[in-house]
Amino acid sequence: MSTDRRAFLTLAGGCALALAGRAARQALAAPQSSPAQSRRWAMVIDAQKCLQQEGCRKCVQACHQAHNVPAPAEPRHEVKWIWKEAFEHAFPSEAGEHLRESLRGNPVLVFCNHCDQPPCVRVCPTQATWKRAEDGLVMMDWHRCIGCRYCVAACPYGSRSFNWVDPRPHLASLNAEYPTRTKGVVEKCTFCEERLEQGRPPACVEACPKKALVFGDLRDPASEVRRLLRARYTLRRKPELGTQPQIYYIV
Amino acid sequence: MFMFEKAVVGSRRYWSWLGALAAVIALGAACYWRQFEYGLGITGLSRDVTWGLYIAQFTFLVGVAASAVMVVLPYYLHNAKAFGKITILGEFLAISAVTMCMLFIFVDMGQPTRVLNVMLYPTPNSIMFWDMVSLGGYLILNALIALVSLSAERKGVAPPGWIKPVILLSIPWAVSIHTVTAFLYSGLPGRSFWLTAILAPRFLASAFASGPALLILLCMIIRRLSSFDAGREAIQKLALIVTYAMIINVFFFLMEVFTAFYSGIPEHKEHFLYLFAGLEGHARLVPWMWTSILLAAVSLLLLIVPRYRHNERVLAAACLTVFFSLWIDKGLGLIVGGFVPTPLGTVAEYWPTPPEIAITAAIWAVGFLMLTVFYKIALSVRESLAAAYQEG
Repeated sequence: MSTDRRAFLTLAGGCALALAGRAARQALAAPQSSPAQSRRWAMVIDAQKCLQQEGCRKCVQACHQAHNVPAPAEPRHEVKWIWKEAFEHAFPSEAGEHLRESLRGNPVLVFCNHCDQPPCVRVCPTQATWKRAEDGLVMMDWHRCIGCRYCVAACPYGSRSFNWVDPRPHLASLNAEYPTRTKGVVEKCTFCEERLEQGRPPACVEACPKKALVFGDLRDPASEVRRLLRARYTLRRKPELGTQPQIYYIV
Repeated sequence: MFMFEKAVVGSRRYWSWLGALAAVIALGAACYWRQFEYGLGITGLSRDVTWGLYIAQFTFLVGVAASAVMVVLPYYLHNAKAFGKITILGEFLAISAVTMCMLFIFVDMGQPTRVLNVMLYPTPNSIMFWDMVSLGGYLILNALIALVSLSAERKGVAPPGWIKPVILLSIPWAVSIHTVTAFLYSGLPGRSFWLTAILAPRFLASAFASGPALLILLCMIIRRLSSFDAGREAIQKLALIVTYAMIINVFFFLMEVFTAFYSGIPEHKEHFLYLFAGLEGHARLVPWMWTSILLAAVSLLLLIVPRYRHNERVLAAACLTVFFSLWIDKGLGLIVGGFVPTPLGTVAEYWPTPPEIAITAAIWAVGFLMLTVFYKIALSVRESLAAAYQEG
């Protein structure tokens, strides 16, 4: 082999340029905001309203029942789409000695944030989880998922659960309208895409007796979520990570 | 086929060793069958610690696969003639290590029958896709190089010219497997323990220590069991590589400790606290991590002092301490430590279950089985050549 340094560098440079050119073309060709995205679903949660109903689990029950979320015997095999988490765990950067009494140690509702820049989607090796172009929902294909749990490691909110055992024997009641899962796949909140399709709000929103969960379209300036975001100061979980979560909290 | 006839003749000791490995493999296979039917719930993993022993072994063994590049690079780029006899040993060790890596990934899959989806839906934005590409490529490169050079050696001719660029390609490729494996972890926004730019350099440093350390030990074992001697010069050169790599590895680790604790950022500190002091009463890994630190300190002493390093008995001890120190560091602490505490700040502990350990042991046994057979072939080829030379 008599490849001299110059020939090698020329070839390597050429390859790098070709790759860069392709990436640049794709970046330039991509529209700034996809015109197909006509909606952007989001939720505003009034944590104070939620707290008024102490011990209420209506939203959690409604969701888990509607979606056949299993309750395995072992706590470490827990599967959850929506749950109540201590405020300091949901918002670690807000925790501190002088945190407002009404928040300290009190539960807030947490679930998938349907991020604009979802790390779970970025890492999935099979595109079994993806961000839906038309409305920004982070979706999940349980039939394609290989169960590598890379998305679980990538989610900074602990919103994803893995089926460590067969979930079907662990269903309190079966909703025949919705699929069950198999062992070895990841699942999470899908913002009730099956209900949105029928023009109904997510199950948790409908179940809340205090109307503490407000669901709506961020693209519509007249929507209730936009009105609340204009009127009230809201928090998002770990916004510093750049994931752009789409669940907003009034505390 | 690939000189396998050399592998099916051997001493009683050879066959009992293979039999023992086969027994370990059989036990692990039975446990895997149970895992396949029941699910990964058979392991100690949980909603909070979703990767454990399997993925940690994979991470460690990617490092061991560096054994090849650390003999190939000095031999081909720096004309280190002493390595001429052992490049093949480094390559076979790399092949066995990468195969173990792939098996560990496979047994960690929740839906192993769907694993080909990774190729069916190639996803360049996933680092796991690139890890498949780099590991698969490294396996093919080393298998090709080992096969071609050994065939040439058996025929007593020089290897064909076209293999040289393949060998040169395997050098940067080896760097890529550690870099890409580190990127699996260091690109995740919510996992502060891994979210550090030095993770890839740290992986390289620990790989260049653990791979050659194992290779030295293997050379010493081979010398006792066969007529093949790697030679003092080659072993001492490897020892020097291990010494530098281990020093750099410990240095990188201390840089991590400084950044985490001087900045005082809780999310960065807490993982180290969990591993080395325990957090909220959970301290399962603390004795392991301090053992790793102690072994690393001993290894540095034995490696840095030339008088110790030049004594092959002491060197063997040094290589053992390097290997086990890094095994605890990467094969246990690095992965589990990244999950504790969780991104929500809660502490949930992990410990592998007996079937999980049996499956892990079985994959190691597969690796050692491959290694034994490959080394047997390579050494038999050399022995018959030497015999023919003496006769002729």
